[in-house]
Amino acid sequence: MILKVEDLRVKYGQVEVLHGINLTIREGEIVAILGANGAGKSTTLMAISGLVKPSAGRIFLDDFPLHEAPAHEIVNRGVAQVPEGRRVFGTLTVAENLRLGAFSNRNQEQVEQIEARIYELFPVLKQRRDQLAGTLSGGEQQMLAIGRALMAGPKILLLDEPSLGLAPILVKTIFRTIQHINESGMTIVLVEQNARAALKLAHRGYVFEVGRVVLENSAEKLLADPNVQNAYLGGVA
Amino acid sequence: MEEFFQQLTNGLAVGGIYALIALGYTMVYGVLKLINFAHGDLFALGAYLGLTLLTSLGLNSRVGPLAGLALLVVFVTGLVALAGALLERAAYRPLRQSPRLSAVVSALGASIFIQNTIMLIYGSKIHVYPKGILPAVAVNIFGLQVPLVRILVFVVSLLLMAALFAFIQKTRLGTAIRAVAIDQDAARLMGINVDQVIMIVFLIGPGLGGVAGLLVGLYYGQVNFTMGWIYGLKAFTAAILGGIGNIPGAMLGGLILGVIEALGAAYVSVAWKDAIAFLVLIVILIARPKGLLGERVADKI
Ligand SMILES: Nc1ncnc2c1ncn2[C@@H]1O[C@H](COP(=O)(O)OP(=O)(O)OP(=O)(O)O)[C@@H](O)[C@H]1O
Ligand SMILES: [Mg+2]
Repeated sequence: MILKVEDLRVKYGQVEVLHGINLTIREGEIVAILGANGAGKSTTLMAISGLVKPSAGRIFLDDFPLHEAPAHEIVNRGVAQVPEGRRVFGTLTVAENLRLGAFSNRNQEQVEQIEARIYELFPVLKQRRDQLAGTLSGGEQQMLAIGRALMAGPKILLLDEPSLGLAPILVKTIFRTIQHINESGMTIVLVEQNARAALKLAHRGYVFEVGRVVLENSAEKLLADPNVQNAYLGGVA
Repeated sequence: MEEFFQQLTNGLAVGGIYALIALGYTMVYGVLKLINFAHGDLFALGAYLGLTLLTSLGLNSRVGPLAGLALLVVFVTGLVALAGALLERAAYRPLRQSPRLSAVVSALGASIFIQNTIMLIYGSKIHVYPKGILPAVAVNIFGLQVPLVRILVFVVSLLLMAALFAFIQKTRLGTAIRAVAIDQDAARLMGINVDQVIMIVFLIGPGLGGVAGLLVGLYYGQVNFTMGWIYGLKAFTAAILGGIGNIPGAMLGGLILGVIEALGAAYVSVAWKDAIAFLVLIVILIARPKGLLGERVADKI
């Protein structure tokens, strides 16, 4: 499996916010995408998921052109996203949220098996399965959002700022879970403001600045890069 | 006391009809945040299609009253549902990305179009439903003589509401409809085809509204081409009363409005019957703009 983004451009109205993004994500990798607010990280993920249409450029999952497909088909092709701000369905129960993650899977038995695995990964969700998602804490909602995305049985998981708004202790838990999910074979694209934690986890990283990729390297090299340290890691560690 | 209970059963029957129509407003509002102003006219279309099925096709005389009624419900639901889906395709989908006002204007245009089509086909005079579709008998309920047609109207609307509720709460597709109403893009990320879900809502809502039209024809025995306007407004009031976008709210709002109106007509004045509904609307908009069941706590998160 390989995800390729080629010269991706996106406009909101007349304003172009992505000016030709190139990415390559290989099977089994965790790839971090770093960048300041408004750099275009979320827009890139939205374009991959088909929620915004590129004004130019192409996106391929293996040989399949995602840029031509509607959003629901992109999910069915194996690209799941945990969107920024979690976006769980607040007035639906935890279990209903999870089942929706497997919406296109008509194999009831298989859905239940995956659901059981999600409950193993996040035992707290099992305790709260009949509770409305909107009543969960922020950390629990993040776990639900990740679990819900995994329900689709994706080939690749796009995570948009999973640590946003969480207490440091929870951030650690979430990052450990992400590592765990990756170790079981999942390819992961991780958008993060929390650059240091993301790079410690990732194999490679891209740095975005105002709609362009300005750096691309292995995670160790990026961690050691003085420019990255100054801009994103709060000076030398 | 007798008078009170007669009016109560009458109010419940009429309220069931309001509730069926209100569901169409509330479900469409739920997924599109749009008031389908043509919904009342689809309801009227249901009343007229029922009339045609009864008179031209003589549906009822061929199979007997109860089977005939069931067939009528099925046909009217199917045809009006189809009209609803066509309406969505022609009047709303092309404007999905346009400013809100465009869709509102399109809705008003569709309303006038359907109303005029009905008038062109059927003429502007009042039409009478054939007599004797249902035996004109009364049923004794705890000593109260309730007309059979009243019971049937109430039971049919109650059954349809229960079926809808079960569908929305218990099925995969029903859950998808709720998800689309909460967050369309998040629903897309679940692999839900949002256009398809919206289309399904435009089958269900008008389908139920069409049956309501048929029930009005059976209950009052007559239909006219402007009936969509007044019933539409009443049902819209019921949807607001229950909390627009909220499905159980529309059911509750319809029943409550029907009862208030019937009791008001009996104890205040028949002349005030329609005014009472709008008084209710004004009072809710001032006192509880979110409606009775609107805005559950978790909605805010
Ligand atoms: N729906 C929208 N309409 C118009 N402009 C938008 C929209 N969404 C994002 N933008 C603009 O596009 C640019 C990129 O935004 P994007 O959300 O992709 O950035 P980001 O890197 O994810 O930022 P953050 O770290 O704050 O989440 C920003 O300038 C933003 O203001
Ligand atoms: Mg973002």
